[in-house]
Amino acid sequence: MTDVLRVEDLRVYYHTEAGPVKAVNGVTFSLKPGERFGLVGESGSGKSTIALALLRLIRPPGRIEGGAVYLDGLNLLTLDEEEMRRLRLARMSLVAQGAMNSLNPVKRIREQIYLALRDHGVQMSRGEFDRYVAELLQRVGLRPEVGDMFPHELSGGMKQRVCIAIAISLEPQVIVADEPTSALDVVVQWQVIDTLRRVQEELGASVLLIGHDMGLMAQTVDRIGVMYAGKLVEIAPTRELFREPLHPYTQLLIASLPSLDGKGDLRGIPGLPPSLLNPPPGCPFHPRCPFAMERCRTEEPKLQEIQPGHWVACHLH
Amino acid sequence: MSALLEARHVTKVFGGGLLRKTQTVALENFSFRVSGEAPRITAIVGESGSGKTTLARLLLGLVTPTKGEILYRGKALQKLSGEDRRAFLRDVQAVFQDPFEVYNPFYKVDHVLELPIRNFGLAHSRRERRAMVEEALHAVGLRPEETLGRYPHQLSGGQRQRIMVARALLLRPRLIIADEPVSMVDASLRATILGSLLKLNEEFGISLIYITHDLTTAFQVSQDIIVLYRGSVVEAGDVEQVVRDPQHPYTRLLVGSIPLPNPDRAWQGERVLGRPAAELAPISASYCKFHQRCPFAMPICVQEAPPLFQTGGRRVTACYLYREAPALQAEELVTIFADGHRQQAAATESTLDGETS
Repeated sequence: MTDVLRVEDLRVYYHTEAGPVKAVNGVTFSLKPGERFGLVGESGSGKSTIALALLRLIRPPGRIEGGAVYLDGLNLLTLDEEEMRRLRLARMSLVAQGAMNSLNPVKRIREQIYLALRDHGVQMSRGEFDRYVAELLQRVGLRPEVGDMFPHELSGGMKQRVCIAIAISLEPQVIVADEPTSALDVVVQWQVIDTLRRVQEELGASVLLIGHDMGLMAQTVDRIGVMYAGKLVEIAPTRELFREPLHPYTQLLIASLPSLDGKGDLRGIPGLPPSLLNPPPGCPFHPRCPFAMERCRTEEPKLQEIQPGHWVACHLH
Repeated sequence: MSALLEARHVTKVFGGGLLRKTQTVALENFSFRVSGEAPRITAIVGESGSGKTTLARLLLGLVTPTKGEILYRGKALQKLSGEDRRAFLRDVQAVFQDPFEVYNPFYKVDHVLELPIRNFGLAHSRRERRAMVEEALHAVGLRPEETLGRYPHQLSGGQRQRIMVARALLLRPRLIIADEPVSMVDASLRATILGSLLKLNEEFGISLIYITHDLTTAFQVSQDIIVLYRGSVVEAGDVEQVVRDPQHPYTRLLVGSIPLPNPDRAWQGERVLGRPAAELAPISASYCKFHQRCPFAMPICVQEAPPLFQTGGRRVTACYLYREAPALQAEELVTIFADGHRQQAAATESTLDGETS
């Protein structure tokens, strides 16, 4: 099947006084239609920058330095601003980190949905629009009356569902969700992800879920890409990644996760992620890697397909 | 022998002043005790609005109870004399959620470590002070040469949080109250910080109250657990029993909502419980706060809040589904925990049967 979204060698730098911070440094991945793909990484790994770059929302001092983002064969990096504006929401939408706080506090939910649709040239009669909003809210598990409410009358989970409703209002092909549940309680988190999963399946859209919670990824996405220091170090189907992680970083990360299966040693990964201003030569993980060899210090490993569908960037493989 | 720190029938109500009519009961009739004899790790688990942070602030004396009292070695926290107050400030240390906010950005991190040493006159020379700081940093897995002499913004969140743990350790406290110490720290560093808190417990005999929303880390770290829902204890006891076999419907929901990092374990969320029962309107001021969401709600749930039913030697559940079990008074909560049981037995010659550890 052809990919709906294809990201090739994407590079995004933040230009600081001290020099360029290479937040995203040559990232390549793709999404199949209807697929849920997860990008996991720690803070500073570049995952949120990717979300913004896909929608071309990077602001100075950040800049997309190179690469390509193909949506259905169309390279978004070559579009002009107006074309890009029309494409956002309609064909690719974003549920941003803390999206629930981006709702306008002085406008009713209905009005906010109306404005989003109007900006994209949707024309509907009042009656049609009211029916559409009611249906949209129902889809995300909210009562139609929510349309008449203000954001402060809603709980965090409800607001986040409103944001999902807006994100799907024009039936996009790709929904980018950046930490959509990071500020929510665990029960509400389940509700929101359950909603996202359901509407995405109904629409047949693809989801790019970005986050740091390996548990959430394990339970939500079909495939996972692991980010480290601005690069993808491993991509694999979810089950396979958890059963047989190949990159030492992924192995240590999975081993450090607390589980309910038994009380184990609490072991983190020694050391710290590298500075993206002066990344170490060779493999970015070598200073923390228990298996580091001489070659890792000088030569950067390429992301290679070791088994069908399982990619890893490590000299061990 | 009085306990190190004790909460007796503590209730905290916010609001209800001249301007705000609505009152929020953040914590209701909570009793607990840290003996100070045998070091224990107790997790206090709840979602936002459960009252867990209010409890931490009450135990630290940062807010005063509306009803009830907090006692330090038998004396009310609010009335401690100068000397007792100093002893309290040394014995009970805190580690907070945000490892960014607690630092003064104008000082090097050395300052935050040296200040308590000076305040309490722990060192007699600069060299001694330096040695103490280095030892504390080593204890939490930091290398002094990579940490000292730097400003807070030059360190990562994980490093900053570990410095906070080192700072708490410097004073050789008897109890550390840690309020969400790892919720803002990345996964790969989370285990390291929890590991250093565990080490303080094991090597230095420091008790720990670990306040969190995260049941998995609570399970990994603690021996005892108290689950709060909207200001009330819904379930408490031995952590293995409570997490592996939750009884209260709310605890079941909480455990079922954890996305486990194992694709073969189902993530059930609300499906664990099923639909809430037909709506019942509370007919008294005291009722089970979970009844609206509970599929097992019965008329009695809205007549009177359920007491703590002792469903096992080491566990209690505040739910009428277990009303066959003997009911405990709120202040007897501590008797189900291993060392609390011993203490209570000695103090009151209680005849309560149950396992002693």
